[in-house]
Amino acid sequence: MSKTSAAAAKALTSSHFELFGLPPAFSLDLSSLDAAYRDIQSRVHPDRHARAGDAERRASMQMTTRVNEAYRTLRSPVRRARYLLELQGVDVGFETDTAMPRDFLVQQMELREQLEEAKDGAALDALNRSLNSQKRDLERQIQEQIDSKRDFDHAKTLVRKLMFLDRLGEELDAAYAALEG
Amino acid sequence: MALLQISEPGQSPEPHQRRLAVGIDLGTTNSLVATVRSGVATVLPDAQGRALLPSIVRFLPDGAVEVGYSAQAHQADDPKNTVASVKRYMGRGLKDVMHAENTPYDFLDAPGMVQLRTAGGAKSPVEISAEILKVLRARGEKALNGGLTGAVITVPAYFDDAQRQATKDAARLAGLNVLRLLNEPTAAAIAYGLENAAEGIYAVFDLGGGTFDISILRLSKGVFEVIATSGDAALGGDDWDQRVFCWIVEAAKLAPLQPRDMRLLLVKAREAKERLSGHAEARITARLSSGEIVDLTLDAETFCGITEHLVQKTLAPVRKALRDARLDIEQVKGVVMVGGATRMPQIQRAAAEFFRRDPLNNLDPDKVVALGAAMQADALAGNKAQGEDWLLLDVIPLSLGIEVMGGLAERIVPRNTTIPCAKAQEFTTFKDGQTGMSFHVVQGERELVADCRSLARFELKGLPPMAAGAARVRVTFQVDADGLLSVSAREKTTGAEAHVTVKPSYGLADADIERMLRDSYQHAKEDMQARALNEHRVDAQRLIDATRSALAEDGSLLTAEEIADIQDKVSFLEHAVTTPHTRAIKAASDALNRATEEFAARRMNASVRRALAGRSVENLDA
Repeated sequence: MSKTSAAAAKALTSSHFELFGLPPAFSLDLSSLDAAYRDIQSRVHPDRHARAGDAERRASMQMTTRVNEAYRTLRSPVRRARYLLELQGVDVGFETDTAMPRDFLVQQMELREQLEEAKDGAALDALNRSLNSQKRDLERQIQEQIDSKRDFDHAKTLVRKLMFLDRLGEELDAAYAALEG
Repeated sequence: MALLQISEPGQSPEPHQRRLAVGIDLGTTNSLVATVRSGVATVLPDAQGRALLPSIVRFLPDGAVEVGYSAQAHQADDPKNTVASVKRYMGRGLKDVMHAENTPYDFLDAPGMVQLRTAGGAKSPVEISAEILKVLRARGEKALNGGLTGAVITVPAYFDDAQRQATKDAARLAGLNVLRLLNEPTAAAIAYGLENAAEGIYAVFDLGGGTFDISILRLSKGVFEVIATSGDAALGGDDWDQRVFCWIVEAAKLAPLQPRDMRLLLVKAREAKERLSGHAEARITARLSSGEIVDLTLDAETFCGITEHLVQKTLAPVRKALRDARLDIEQVKGVVMVGGATRMPQIQRAAAEFFRRDPLNNLDPDKVVALGAAMQADALAGNKAQGEDWLLLDVIPLSLGIEVMGGLAERIVPRNTTIPCAKAQEFTTFKDGQTGMSFHVVQGERELVADCRSLARFELKGLPPMAAGAARVRVTFQVDADGLLSVSAREKTTGAEAHVTVKPSYGLADADIERMLRDSYQHAKEDMQARALNEHRVDAQRLIDATRSALAEDGSLLTAEEIADIQDKVSFLEHAVTTPHTRAIKAASDALNRATEEFAARRMNASVRRALAGRSVENLDA
């Protein structure tokens, strides 16, 4: 592949929020995001450039790839929060520094035990509801810390907690899958 | 590849000239070709008025090839050389071929993909599929009275990278310009959605001859968005036939069968299955080569009983797709039934019970995929005015990853990610002084590499000796709009690089395809050259036209100097096109492509800005 052109480099370095013309905040109007995403895709998508020359088709694929990644990041609360913190120079650094509040870790262990003991759909559903409500609660707190108080260090701890819950969510999905066969 | 009429240099084609494009459903049992004429998608029939082409290819000792009904007629008397359901072997090694003992074929365990020994020589599934595509291409060219600009070829949504690549190779081998590989359920959703102005969440339940797909889509005005897809790339109507076949062998207490009898009974099994879609029982009679007579009656209840586990096998992927889409059954507004095997009443019942609603059967389940592909081909060929076309957002069906220590698969691109997409991950060396790293690219959802499909292996060499863990190797996966993967690896501190288009371990190298294309031309070398020259001229003219219209539209994005440079390269290519020198045309095309790279990127940025500007105007109006 040839070197990235200057214009492409510029587009690739603009923030995901700038790309969609949205203010950089955790609180996000999802319908505006969806609409901007679709408007952009309907112009840059490879299907719109199927008969073009190599250069244009490559530019189209790069931009669409970029737009898809930005959309995927902003659409998910945990990825959006991590991304906002990265823009502020705060590395959530999940792998490097795993010190979490003790009470939170204890609570997580309990949730995992419940998951292991859950033998039927009803037990999984109950766990799922509890997990979702905890997630919503955390998202509210993250929004407050990032958008209003701008306390990014505090937000970092909250985002890590949300990542823990997301992982648990994945395990819950696997448990549902195992149950359904 | 495209055989468009060339206009004189300096003269662009007529603005309203329609470009001839077709959609091809390359099915396990039957294949079809369709196109859009006067705004309506229609399946193109053969000279006898038959829409379906049985996906059966017969190889004769003199090198002749029969495809379709004529080959089907010889299934029983020439079973080894008459290949049916070749789609099941696309991109597959011998160990992946299920029930090889229950087929009449003589398999060869070739490196990468399995081959079949026939009277016409050893044939790979790609070559066999190409024979089917050639017939459909000829049918399209005859009906449309001209060369085709390109074709959209459908593939099961659950096809992995190796199977997709094999399909694309087959199309190239058949001389088709592939505009896009399109997922079969997505094609069906386009046909259904446009026909019925459908809005909301729809499930497409696609049970074909050899593959099963379930896709969940969100349809809204002008947008087809696949939210999740799942399936089983080795489950289809064929498996029901196979069950009935086994039932016949058991019920009639038959001794091990000869290939001819095996094929005969498989045909009888299929006929019985089809009859049972509308009748309470089916009589099965056959005379075997030994003279032995088979005379049995299979009733619907027994049929359902012996195939119940197959019905259940369709439901697990349905649950998985819904879960991945994070949707409840109540949110699904309609279930579109696609594929001939959905005619079986037990499949209809299972879908109805699961989704708690009557499935939608108002489109011909055999034709809907080809019709949707034709509509997409028409749009991609540029025959739709802006505002008339639609946006298609599809996903990758299976996760892509890389083998890490301990034989584990590290997921890099998760399934159901919208394509095109790219993902990068960093890896490092684990030994001091290590100067190379080898990568193993896999596809699948399982944790162990051994349980995933191996797509490719490649090496990054020339690393300077460093302490273990000091190298920083960034591996990038790029999946294009066809769902095809390419992988590159780059060491950050030294810039050592490696790049692979993922096809080596399952699929053909470009050189193989060229050789096969050459072999398939019995004519003189000049014909090959004339063909190559023509193709390059067509591509070059297309590039000139596209560049001109881009300059007219977005010239303001360039400086006078930049415009002059591009126009220079255009003139140069225009001149090259008038010469009979393929290499000169190629070089001039490459030069123009390089000269327009920055322009193309600026145009994409401008498109994004325009999209946003359009939005803020709308907001002001509101």
